[in-house]
Amino acid sequence: MLTANRLLAGEVVYWQGGDWQPDSAAAEIFDEAEAAKAALDAAQAFVRDNKVVGTYLFEVRKEANGVAPVKEREIIRSLGPSVRRDMGKQALMPVPPAAAKPVHETSPPPPYPEEPDVSI
Amino acid sequence: MPLIKNGAFVEDRFVFIPEGQAFPDEGGVMVTLSRFQSERDSIIAHHRPVCVRLAANENPDVLKDDLPNIDAIALEFPIFRDGRAFSWARMLRERFAYQGEIRAVGHFLYDQLAFLMRVGFDAFEVRQDFRIAEFSRAMAEMTYVYQPSVDRRKTVMQIRRGE
Amino acid sequence: MYRYDEFDAKMVRERAQQFRYQVERRIKGELTEDEFKPLRLKNGLYLQLHSYMLRVAVPYGTLSARQMRQLARIARDYSRGYGHFTTRTNMQYHWPKLSEVPDILELLADVEMHCIQTSGNCVRNVTADHFAGAVAGELEDPRPICEIIRQWSSFHPEFNYLPRKFKIAVSATKEDRAAVKYHDIGMEVITNEAGETGYRVFVGGGMGRTPYVALEIGKFVGKEDILAYLEAILRVYNEYGRRDNIHKARVKILAHQLGADEFRRQVEVEFAEIKRHGTLHLPPEELKRIEAYFAPPAFEDLPETAPEFEAAVKADAGFAAWTRSNLTPHKAKGYAIATISLKTIGQTPGDASAEQMDGLAQIMEDFGFAEIRVSHEQNLVFPHVRKKDLPAVYARLQALDLGAANAGLITDIICGPGLDYCALANARSVPVAMKLQERFADLERQHELGEIKIKMSGCINACGHHHAGHIGILGVDKKGVEFYQIQLGGSGAEDASVGEIMGPGFGKDEIVDAVERVVETYVSLRAPGERLLETYRRVGMTPFKNAAYQEQMYAAY
Repeated sequence: MLTANRLLAGEVVYWQGGDWQPDSAAAEIFDEAEAAKAALDAAQAFVRDNKVVGTYLFEVRKEANGVAPVKEREIIRSLGPSVRRDMGKQALMPVPPAAAKPVHETSPPPPYPEEPDVSI
Repeated sequence: MPLIKNGAFVEDRFVFIPEGQAFPDEGGVMVTLSRFQSERDSIIAHHRPVCVRLAANENPDVLKDDLPNIDAIALEFPIFRDGRAFSWARMLRERFAYQGEIRAVGHFLYDQLAFLMRVGFDAFEVRQDFRIAEFSRAMAEMTYVYQPSVDRRKTVMQIRRGE
Repeated sequence: MYRYDEFDAKMVRERAQQFRYQVERRIKGELTEDEFKPLRLKNGLYLQLHSYMLRVAVPYGTLSARQMRQLARIARDYSRGYGHFTTRTNMQYHWPKLSEVPDILELLADVEMHCIQTSGNCVRNVTADHFAGAVAGELEDPRPICEIIRQWSSFHPEFNYLPRKFKIAVSATKEDRAAVKYHDIGMEVITNEAGETGYRVFVGGGMGRTPYVALEIGKFVGKEDILAYLEAILRVYNEYGRRDNIHKARVKILAHQLGADEFRRQVEVEFAEIKRHGTLHLPPEELKRIEAYFAPPAFEDLPETAPEFEAAVKADAGFAAWTRSNLTPHKAKGYAIATISLKTIGQTPGDASAEQMDGLAQIMEDFGFAEIRVSHEQNLVFPHVRKKDLPAVYARLQALDLGAANAGLITDIICGPGLDYCALANARSVPVAMKLQERFADLERQHELGEIKIKMSGCINACGHHHAGHIGILGVDKKGVEFYQIQLGGSGAEDASVGEIMGPGFGKDEIVDAVERVVETYVSLRAPGERLLETYRRVGMTPFKNAAYQEQMYAAY
């Protein structure tokens, strides 16, 4: 899947059909690396247009009831803070989502585009 | 590249001559520090205007004995986040009382112009589409200053004390 | 506390306008994100995991009731109704929109607040003892010099593009409650043989990837010289701090690499030149003028104790427990310093809702001279409360769910936001902290265990100051799974020490048990009056390590 943050609102968004929308469940899934790369390239138009920042691809895998991100970070990012279930996207969902179990084998995470010289 | 000095676009009296390229017969030249150091005597003997261009990690104190012969010093910003040149400019003005032009070159932002002026820069190589109104706007963004600097602007402390 | 004059007020207004212009240019694409990021950071604005995060400066941890109410209002209107107090005594909002931040900055300017230099590679918020001006044994209130340093460092033209962030802290008591030895510059107020007050200046402390305790650079720097001395240190750092590797860019790397003697020598060269120049001389009258703002309130002439207080202690065990953990002796008879724990069990450590903030503002006005402090341990403090008012204050705190009697105890866990909020984190920290709180919730047990400072970070950037925890916990990511490493024996106080790593990390379902085994080991080994920190320093890591890993050891058979 391909994700970014909206520049003005900061909201997490996911690529779907050539545009961005907030729901990871509706996000486009790329089975092929080429298709993923093509989408990432197309997404740069929105970066150049100052609509989104921080585009990157991340891995998902098939679960019983759909797909879920492989990394804990992306799961949290798609839902909201796990310690405030009333905050973030999860608060807008009708049914509490089933949390994905983290796996032990993953490929190296895609680099987060935040510059390394930023720290708290 | 367009050059701003004293709040207006001015002609650049220096041409950057890369390593290995011969100097033109006349006119001001801008050279790297290493070239200046290796050709110093002939440059000075020629009495041509010379601007020495320093990289961010080059401490200007190596030039201290030659400053009377150097018309301008260009301090490079490899990236705008590299703030060493602010200290180098201050050093030139305050420690060595350098009176020549100090020019900001490389990648720096509109948002740094006011700080650059405060620490002793007086010339700025800017992007092609830079509008001169931006320069005066940058200078006017903050009315007061808290701390003393090269520009000797009155600080808030001094105003409060009626100095 | 300090009140802005027309100059300070204009500065923060113009800063807000400056940022508004930067946002406009960013939206239009006149600034790229790479260019905009350091500029927005200098106004405390991060892009985090879910949204932007805005960090508001709370200079030397001091807030008025009016300011607290405004923070509540901003939380309500712009950030989902809550805020978070940080280990640098600032406050951050987790949900602002970039488009609204210029408006938020204006609202802050309305109450003499700002977000200036709360992030970015510049001099950050200057912090001090949260008991300043109230506690006995203080040589003087450290906050006036903090205010002077704040002004000197704000919009400093030479030092706004440093190799990395720069943090300064000041302490004026034997007990260091500002963790000065973990700062880039730490200042201790001292007197010399001639009886003059000045500063002992340390450089090069820090947490993070490579934790260091600061080196003494200035044995005694007089007050009139202190700004010149700080300028000299910043100049050496700006010129020679590493810029090739962000993990080696803090002044701690430079100072320890050069060694104290050489670093001091370079600073002295700059200092001598700046002194000759004379422009940074701090006139004694100016210091006095600023000190006047921090004059203590007019304390009443009260007896040492109050019957209302004594009666409540006898009648209410909960109140009695709270007085044991959350009160600190005040220098004025009949008064107390009251710590408000933001570590209510079941709530995110360090968070406060808008309602709680408004409630606190009311208590401040009714009982507390309208002043509150933020500590670097993510708690709040009423610095001056009459003892006779404490039962009423406690009742109000309880009604706000802020009456936890656990200040400095095991459930008073200092915790960075971690992976639940932070784009830099490797693991979640808050859920583990909350589980630990539940495990040790029994108040009697907590008081029996005594002072135990657990500090947790969700990544190596150490926002939770885990290196300075008696028990430090670092969340790490091992192949996509969250693990938690334990460190023991850290301290951020005057006996500063970096915690020792125990060994491999524990899984998120193991860590609470492991910590409990560490605590039980302490109980079994402690000498009378010893805190966990002292027991650890006496017996070493081995007994704790054996106990913590015992499950694994047995599992191996």
